[in-house]
Amino acid sequence: MKLSRLFLLLAALLAAWQIAIGIDGLESVPVLAYTVAFGVLLVACLLLIILGLGVLESPIVVVVSTIIPLGLSLGLVWEHGGEWRGPYALFATLGFLAVLITRSLPLKGKLPVLVLAVVHGISGLVIFLLPTILAANGTTHAGFALVGLGGALIGLGGLLLSFLKAGRPILSKETILNVLPPLLFLMTMCFVAGFRFG
Amino acid sequence: MSRLRLYLPLIKTLQTGLLLATGLAGYLSAHTAPDGLTLLGVAGSLFLAISGSTVLNMWYDRDIDAVMNRTHHRPIATGAVTPREALRLGLILSVLGVGWAVAMAPLYGLVVFAGLFFDVVVYTFWLKRRTCWSIVWGGISGGMPILAGRVMAIGQIDLIGVLLTMSVLFWIPTHILTFSMRYFADYQAARIPTFPSTYGFEATRAIIALSAIIAAASIGVAGVMIGVQAGFLRLMAVLSAGLLVLSFATVFRPSERVNYSLFKYASLYMLASMVLLAL
Repeated sequence: MKLSRLFLLLAALLAAWQIAIGIDGLESVPVLAYTVAFGVLLVACLLLIILGLGVLESPIVVVVSTIIPLGLSLGLVWEHGGEWRGPYALFATLGFLAVLITRSLPLKGKLPVLVLAVVHGISGLVIFLLPTILAANGTTHAGFALVGLGGALIGLGGLLLSFLKAGRPILSKETILNVLPPLLFLMTMCFVAGFRFG
Repeated sequence: MSRLRLYLPLIKTLQTGLLLATGLAGYLSAHTAPDGLTLLGVAGSLFLAISGSTVLNMWYDRDIDAVMNRTHHRPIATGAVTPREALRLGLILSVLGVGWAVAMAPLYGLVVFAGLFFDVVVYTFWLKRRTCWSIVWGGISGGMPILAGRVMAIGQIDLIGVLLTMSVLFWIPTHILTFSMRYFADYQAARIPTFPSTYGFEATRAIIALSAIIAAASIGVAGVMIGVQAGFLRLMAVLSAGLLVLSFATVFRPSERVNYSLFKYASLYMLASMVLLAL
């Protein structure tokens, strides 16, 4: 448990560093998008330290955890996506609202899961693919691929969380809760290093 | 050595540490040329004065501590430290702290003394057992270390100093009122009037949210006026947003878990804000 808290604290400190120093000099939209994404990550890590990992079972986690990939992907697209800036900003806004609404209303059927899958899927793919492609074709420094790796890890984290929420997880609840803090730390480290050296 | 180990709980190390951090942040917020000796003096005098006032409070409130579950194990309540010994310790620490502060700079000493006076005499001796509004004076005394630090650095009381004091004053409810809701039964047993017992939980939560807004705004404006770097202001805004979200969650989604998380988060928030102001 103490080791989990240490990982969460390190992740929180890295996120704080990224907000304070790591995104200086960018345009205002990416600064805002990254600040929101890393800000949610920072506050979430602090609350996980305070309340323990049991809080992950709260229904609000689904909504809040959507902000991180949406914010990161919006920042990336705004920086590197050219004419996709506007459409993606619209997708990020509507996507978040759709998740918020479908998770707030007592809807039956598969719509809430479908909306969540689409929003997380697209934003996760953007975070994974865009930096990887940019690093591979030499547009950015090779280190920028670490952001893509962070994207893959955030996807893995999301998958573990959804296992937890499904009630019948492939991995045991204990295993998932043990894996999540180091995963959060690794993910944040990849993002911070990728932005720094990319 | 064993006596020292008994004295440690009397100064509430975490609370004293947090107040000391605000005092140091107040001094460093002026971003004047660093003077190690003065910084050491500010740290030493504030530590002694804050510790002294805390011991005096604990000496006076020993009857309350004895009936509250949360505090009945404290050294004076259990008899491990006699009241006379605690009184002597509190007075020595207070006199040393205020004396050191006055010797460093009279105005600085006056602010340190004001903090001690408001806390011990006005808050604890006079108002704490009479009205729930006593926490306003507790809050003002809590804001004195940061003002004292600022005064020591610039030699006068300025608008930034007042804003910093306000930020602590209005931060206090996010800490104390959540605390008084968490330990409601304890305060009832000790017959201490609190906001939850006087105005109810709903009104208390609204006050917490309102004061969190003012605290976050005060610290933000002070940060801008001090000239804190854009990145650090961004981080401060994020941390303030966390405080506001939790404060509003206590109003709209009240639960023991939200209340506890706000109580804990508020301390982290204050500490982090102080570090950012000092950088």
